[in-house]
Amino acid sequence: MSSSDSSFDRRKFLRGSLGALPVALGVDLAAGPPAAAAPVHDYQPKFFTADEWQFLRAAVDRLIPPDAEGPGAVEAGVPEFIDRQMDTPYAEGALWYMQGPFYEVRPELGYQMKFTPRQIYRIGIAAADRWVRAMVGKRFTALDGMTQDGLLAQLEDGRAELRDISSTLLFGMLLQNTREGYFSDPIHGGNKHMGGWKMIGFPGARADFMDWVDQYGKAYPIGPVGIAGRRA
Amino acid sequence: MAGVTPKPVDAVIVGCGWAGSILAIELAEAGLKVLVLERGENRDTFPDFAYPKVIDELTYAVRGKLFQNLSRETVTIRHAPGDQAVPYRQFGAFNPGDGVGGAGAHWSGVHFRITPDELRLRSHYEERYGKAFIPDGMTIQDHGVTYDELEPFFDKAEKVFGTSGQAFRVNGTVVGGGNPFEGPRSAEFPLPPLKNVYSAELFARAARGLGYHPYPLPAANASGPYTNPYGAQMGPCNFCGFCGGFGCYMYSKASPNVNILPALRQKPNFELRANAHVLRVNLDSTGRSARGVTYVDAQGREIEQAADLVILSAFQFHNVRLMLLSGIGKPYDVATSQGTVGRNFAYQNMGTVKAFFGPDVHTNPFIGTGGGGQAIDDFNADNFDHGPLGFVGGSPCWVNQSGVKPIGGLALPDGTPHWGAAWKKAAKDYYAHTLSADAHGTNMAYRDCYLDLDPTYRDAHGQPLLRMTFDWKDNDIRMSRHVVGKLTEILKSMNPKAVAVSVKKPGDHFDTRSYQTTHLVGGAIMGSDPKTSAVNKYLQSWDVPNVFVIGSSAFPQGTGYNPTGMVAGLAYFSAHAIRTQYLKHPGALVPA
Repeated sequence: MSSSDSSFDRRKFLRGSLGALPVALGVDLAAGPPAAAAPVHDYQPKFFTADEWQFLRAAVDRLIPPDAEGPGAVEAGVPEFIDRQMDTPYAEGALWYMQGPFYEVRPELGYQMKFTPRQIYRIGIAAADRWVRAMVGKRFTALDGMTQDGLLAQLEDGRAELRDISSTLLFGMLLQNTREGYFSDPIHGGNKHMGGWKMIGFPGARADFMDWVDQYGKAYPIGPVGIAGRRA
Repeated sequence: MAGVTPKPVDAVIVGCGWAGSILAIELAEAGLKVLVLERGENRDTFPDFAYPKVIDELTYAVRGKLFQNLSRETVTIRHAPGDQAVPYRQFGAFNPGDGVGGAGAHWSGVHFRITPDELRLRSHYEERYGKAFIPDGMTIQDHGVTYDELEPFFDKAEKVFGTSGQAFRVNGTVVGGGNPFEGPRSAEFPLPPLKNVYSAELFARAARGLGYHPYPLPAANASGPYTNPYGAQMGPCNFCGFCGGFGCYMYSKASPNVNILPALRQKPNFELRANAHVLRVNLDSTGRSARGVTYVDAQGREIEQAADLVILSAFQFHNVRLMLLSGIGKPYDVATSQGTVGRNFAYQNMGTVKAFFGPDVHTNPFIGTGGGGQAIDDFNADNFDHGPLGFVGGSPCWVNQSGVKPIGGLALPDGTPHWGAAWKKAAKDYYAHTLSADAHGTNMAYRDCYLDLDPTYRDAHGQPLLRMTFDWKDNDIRMSRHVVGKLTEILKSMNPKAVAVSVKKPGDHFDTRSYQTTHLVGGAIMGSDPKTSAVNKYLQSWDVPNVFVIGSSAFPQGTGYNPTGMVAGLAYFSAHAIRTQYLKHPGALVPA
């Protein structure tokens, strides 16, 4: 396995991010409301409160917005995925070493806070909502997409000063869980109709390429299948 | 203490990964009553790794179902003596295993030996480049065993693992096609090389075009049906792309579970107890002989297990921790450089280059096998002149496409936003058109990179965690930057739209957050001098001769290649010495 991008240049990223915004908007406008989207299923969250749920749905749909390339995060079931994850040992911090003392050290030494994923969302969403209202006088969910993107960028790079929790911690968890919900097997509640896999060409649980190993230069022709046996 | 005392055994073995399973079958074949204690759960191909449930990136690779349970026990890490060490709370840089099979159940399968130069690293560099070439504070040393002594055991390990590969030279005769820099071989690989995926084929063509010497990676992923010397059967790998982090549903990736345990379980003198967490080795009043071990069973009872012979074959750093917790050997003291247990802790030193192609080049990165691919050794070991470069070490380079999965593996060109519509478009444009290559480099040993017991943090049993003191050094960063530069030239010669280079910069600190490798080494190193090694060439403790410590903990420094093949070769070499020498005359095999 190779290492991931460890020498990420934040300034370069910010320039790229701002430069990309008009493109993002253009695509959004051109696509309009996702006409081909599946009807919004009536999943009832078990962990998130009504206010948190609205924030979560709005935020993840900016992280992966609906457009002509593929489904947005809401359409892909990412909020349902995250809510269902909140009912696993992971959400209680049970997969992590959580004994103190907790020291503030160089970031290279990894996560050193006592928050569990559940606490990050519970404390973080409330704090982010307060911060948004203080900044722009409205709730996050009442804002247009471009304004939401600008605020998310501030949560991402730590310019947002939240009470009680670091905004980068909240944002990092949100982005990681959003990607997980977009690309994990549908048995976990996200990646509805394998839309995330179809978009990039990942065949899911096919897991047998004996006949395709040396078909050099050809696109793999078969769509994805999930663990439950359904095809896209 | 609950006072449960089971019957004594001849040999108790701590940990049921590769090293423990090899020692177990060798000692059971010798007629000993053998007990293996494994702290994790019992696991086997069926039902634990069965299709389709195991084809689940979230559960296995992301949440780490087969990895060590960090909530109960982890390590602490700091960059320098004097710093505050803090716990490795979440998985990042390395993923040690847990349960029957150990990390050998969820490894990828790259199966190398070691280069002959690296077995006598200090002597080799001193002879070719002079003593002054090795910088102050670099504590590299020779293994104290020769390649010729180990060769029959490397060969045996390849036959047990059903390794696929291509020799260059067998018994001195060139057979061609393999790695011209490889150490001498007495036999071909038991299976021919795996097919190349397209990315590997592109890499081989490009490397050859630049005058390098590409060869098929030796892989413990079966290229065809195979029955090993124990009668264990493997099926051909179907390139499913779920190796590292997963168990193999196809019986294709070598593992203790597939290749050794089916034979061991037939033996009446073998017993495996899972959910048995060893707390310490018990020594007699002299401190020179082990009486057995104390472990905690699944019901939480503390149990004292008597044994004549104790084999420590847990993961690298657990071996070191058990020695420190048990008082075996003298702990290393960084202030005086005295003591051996914990000394010379080292790692792997990775660099990665990715090439991004247009829509017409389909690399299909989901097709993969854990150990397969194409590699070059032109910049590994001392296969190139280090004189003008002024650093010690090297890197094999390769495309080892083991199946790129979208949560953890999606890579995009530099400057791509991490979210939003532009991220999404890039993900769609590049996922199936990306080629990834690694420079899998050496990491040298240093006076101030070591292991000891943490003074603050404890595990679920109340015992001190192990503390790592470790950081990257200038020599190793310069080596990696040199070889990654060569690797980047190879990828650029393929005319991609873009390349992304991930390599350490001068002054970079060890980053525990992103995966590098699980190739941690040293801390209970082998050697010929008890002042600078914890175990002798047979991996026998210098201080407590009825304790053997098997694993990459014995490596005096990090190697260019992946460690598992070397671990297996050393395990068979050690087992052979126990069977042919120690059992006849129990005691020190090498005079201290």
